[in-house]
Amino acid sequence: MAEPPIIVVGAGQAGLQIVDSLRRGGYSGRLMLIGDEKSLPYQRPPLSKQYMSENMSDDRLLFRPADYYEKKGVELILGEQVSAIDTQARTVVIDGQTCEYAKLAITTGASVRHIPVPGAELEGVCYLRSVEDAQYIRTQLSSGPQRVAAIGGGFIGLEIAASARELGHSVTVIEAQDRLMARVVAPLVSEYFGDLHRSHGVEVLLDAAVSGIERADDDSLIVDLTDGRRISADLIVVGIGSIPHSALAEAAGLTCNNGIVVDEFAQTSDPNVVAAGDCTMHKNARLNVSHRLESVQNAVDQAKIAAATLLGEPKPYEQVPWFWSDQFDAKLQMVGSSVGFDRTVLRGSIADGEFSVFYFNDGVLIGVDSVNRPSDHVTSRKLIANRTAVSDDVLTDIEQNLKTLL
Amino acid sequence: MPKITYISHAGERAVVEVPVGWSVMEGAIQNDVAGIVAECGGGCACATCHVFVDPLWTDKVGERSAMEQDMLECTATDSTEVSRLSCQIKVTEDLDGLIVELPESQT
Repeated sequence: MAEPPIIVVGAGQAGLQIVDSLRRGGYSGRLMLIGDEKSLPYQRPPLSKQYMSENMSDDRLLFRPADYYEKKGVELILGEQVSAIDTQARTVVIDGQTCEYAKLAITTGASVRHIPVPGAELEGVCYLRSVEDAQYIRTQLSSGPQRVAAIGGGFIGLEIAASARELGHSVTVIEAQDRLMARVVAPLVSEYFGDLHRSHGVEVLLDAAVSGIERADDDSLIVDLTDGRRISADLIVVGIGSIPHSALAEAAGLTCNNGIVVDEFAQTSDPNVVAAGDCTMHKNARLNVSHRLESVQNAVDQAKIAAATLLGEPKPYEQVPWFWSDQFDAKLQMVGSSVGFDRTVLRGSIADGEFSVFYFNDGVLIGVDSVNRPSDHVTSRKLIANRTAVSDDVLTDIEQNLKTLL
Repeated sequence: MPKITYISHAGERAVVEVPVGWSVMEGAIQNDVAGIVAECGGGCACATCHVFVDPLWTDKVGERSAMEQDMLECTATDSTEVSRLSCQIKVTEDLDGLIVELPESQT
């Protein structure tokens, strides 16, 4: 009988990275990668950006060419769900079949949060997570001028808004809070992006809570707001966050708390199971916090940690988190976290659309949001990781390269 | 289809055909050429698809954007005057025969 494989459940960014890192790290045993989508493993970030606005072809989304998996000896199972995990027997059930594993990696990601209002199920109300979702939106947007309503002024809503606007559609962003991207950036940055969208002709509604969605007499849709306003739309894209796919792990008895709980080695509460990516509530050794992150950086870096653990060469997860978002001609790059800041320093010019906001807590640099200043961003990753002392004089003088601080 | 040659830091050559309109980075990724990481998938956001363009080709691949210029200051292997981010080089018929060398490290 064949030796039991390492099984990776979830074929997104983290799952692919674990497989890749295991093979690069010298693991030559059986390796199985299971994804519930039919497509070969693909990248999600372009779905709300170039895929939408530049009509990018599907094959350009793939992480690896089709023959990669065979070449690397990866048993790829697509379009199948894992329905149960038994950590005692060390088995998973795939499409009704029980498979034994030597080690298990869970990289099941997250799914979109659905909007709990009447009418949410109407045709024309959609979400964006998968390439199929993106295809649907793209088809709608190519069928003639549309009125697009984006519910949620976070990354997804704003990136879709920008893409749709660039294609000439009329766009309204509906945000329940009093500013855009409130969960991730500081007020100054929210304000900049609100102005940016308005200057491109996007209508941005703040403090706008949705009470329901209706079908209008002319077959279009109407978004009802709690304050009585009614927004007409042909297409509604809802982007109001995501929830971790941890039900499978929870049912298997693994400790979960807003995600699968893992330590700084990507180890779950079971010694034979690791987890990585959007689905984990994880510990960051450097920042000394536990949090759940939805990002490419976290998926990639945490997957490398998980692979190292599986290879028996554990090393702690201590990467400083970073994110990015493209909206119109603005590249927003974020590193660290502004949560808990007591002071900010501005570098560059908001009016010119090239600036960075540095966030401090008790004199320590904890986060930086940059708009069209990528070198500030990349240098700040190191400044935050090393807890480098930075003076306001250097930060506020754009003639001085931050690299000199390293 | 334009042919592009990727030379690894160790000197191994990979010659692949890349469709017009794709980026030099995508040509590497879709043909499993090692040495280009491209964590951000082509967003000019991560500086892990750094290449050195063969000096005979630097004019043909065009100019760096200001954003790319900025990112090139932050590559894991120091950039030189022939450095580019391969996600920012769009493949055209004119680039048939392009040669790029890959740095020792991308991350």
